[in-house]
Amino acid sequence: MSVRAALGVIGRYVFAGFVLVFFALPLLWLLTAPFDTAPSVQVSVPDFTLENFRTLWDNPYAMRSLGNSVIIAAGTMVITLVLAALASYALSRVRIPGRDTLLYLLLLLSSIVTGTAAMVPTFLLMTELGLIDRQLGVVLVLTGGLLPTAIFILKDFMDSTPRSYEESARVFGASSLQILRHVVVPIARPGLATIAVWAVVQVWGNFLVPFILLRSPDQQPAAVVMFTFYTEGGQPNLGLISTFSLLFSIPVVAMYLFVNRRYGFRFHGGIKR
Amino acid sequence: MLVIAIFLLFPAIWTLYLGLTNWRLTGLAAREPEFVGLENYTDALTDPDFRNSLVLTLAFVFFSAIVGQSILGFALAWTARKLRPALRSVVETVVLLAWIIPASVVAFLWLALLDRREGTLNALLGTDGTAWLLEYPMQSIIVFNIWNGTAFSMLLFSSALASVPPSQFETARMAGAGTFATLRDVVLPNIRGHILTNTLLITLWTFNVFAPYLITAGGPQGRTEILGVYIYRVALRDGALGQGAALSLIMIIINLVVASVYLRLLRERRS
Repeated sequence: MSVRAALGVIGRYVFAGFVLVFFALPLLWLLTAPFDTAPSVQVSVPDFTLENFRTLWDNPYAMRSLGNSVIIAAGTMVITLVLAALASYALSRVRIPGRDTLLYLLLLLSSIVTGTAAMVPTFLLMTELGLIDRQLGVVLVLTGGLLPTAIFILKDFMDSTPRSYEESARVFGASSLQILRHVVVPIARPGLATIAVWAVVQVWGNFLVPFILLRSPDQQPAAVVMFTFYTEGGQPNLGLISTFSLLFSIPVVAMYLFVNRRYGFRFHGGIKR
Repeated sequence: MLVIAIFLLFPAIWTLYLGLTNWRLTGLAAREPEFVGLENYTDALTDPDFRNSLVLTLAFVFFSAIVGQSILGFALAWTARKLRPALRSVVETVVLLAWIIPASVVAFLWLALLDRREGTLNALLGTDGTAWLLEYPMQSIIVFNIWNGTAFSMLLFSSALASVPPSQFETARMAGAGTFATLRDVVLPNIRGHILTNTLLITLWTFNVFAPYLITAGGPQGRTEILGVYIYRVALRDGALGQGAALSLIMIIINLVVASVYLRLLRERRS
């Protein structure tokens, strides 16, 4: 082995080590602090306890906000899935001039719609519709933002459904909706599953939309409520927040592992902010 | 389609109109908007806070996305290829976790890390009681954003590098090309499109990032008040909705300009 190659190997491991420390340190704290009797902001071997989970369980806002997160994520996922399946099927079967351009345009715009730039328009629209401080408003706004990407990804799956299957179903007298339900959906199932998980991950981590649209603490999802734990009284309750952080992170990490094992992790650029 | 139209077109047109009024949110009841013409726009352009936040945003995007995430992401993708599979998957998983975990949790992790009294960073560096968020606020949120977002560039460059024909690496090795020459003559020509795509997406995302608000709330003294945070303060905290609508439009226009410049570059590359 030449000197240069040896230096290359050393450089590689030093770099990998540096990256590991940089990325793993905060994660280690997230893993250890919840089980620590006296959590400090330092990473340390915990003096093992489950007391923090009890405190969390007893805190009414914490558990309710996790419930709110589930409601908002599930609602957004279901509406996105149904609308995206219908729209992508229609777009895949009907020829409209300029269809692909339209899809690209929507895809580009969608990263702005629910984003920071459209904060004020979103707020105004929801005020006018009377949906401020209602979870329905949050669900609708998030759905609008996710739909273009969902349609875009699903259209690929729909395109690969052989038309001959549908034609034979039609010969037997199936209606369009029946064809969609009994022929297309089963074939596009991997695509639908990907979209479902992707939508939940997007919504679960979203802070801005519920932050500007929801006012009362009993409506807010975990992403927002957690932040109020921190500012209340100035002193953060480390045991409570770290435990809450861990519980709040587990669902998305579990879903990532599930998708990774099942389909390989390709979120086509998973639009996360 | 209808849903998209409602949530896209209607707010756009309405924002255009409200940006020309002095609509305010006072308490619970909003006052009737009065037409004030282009006043909001001239106000914005002369407001030192707006110019401040524009400069901060440019610095934030440049250092955290273009320099930080893309270079670190590429270096990771490049290095990971040659690591042992077990180590490689550990490194990649850790970087991915930083990306998957919800923004609120990530923000809180960094608050703990940078804590003044006994934060992990102070303990590690032996810098007793350094208040990182007060002394280096911008650097702090830049590092935070690199931590949170690098995974995307890593994933994209990993698949880009996998698409480079192995025979070209082999040829370069036979010709005795070093790492630098290989990168320049073999890798770069092959992954130009990926580099542009990556730059377009992470620029747009970073430009629209709001999470630093969770760490510094724009402070101290507006030193981390990037555009999103600035618009939030003006429009939704101080209630100047007309002004906020104008600012939103300015930001959307910047977004569109950035996107169209990149798309043009990408098209030239293809033809």
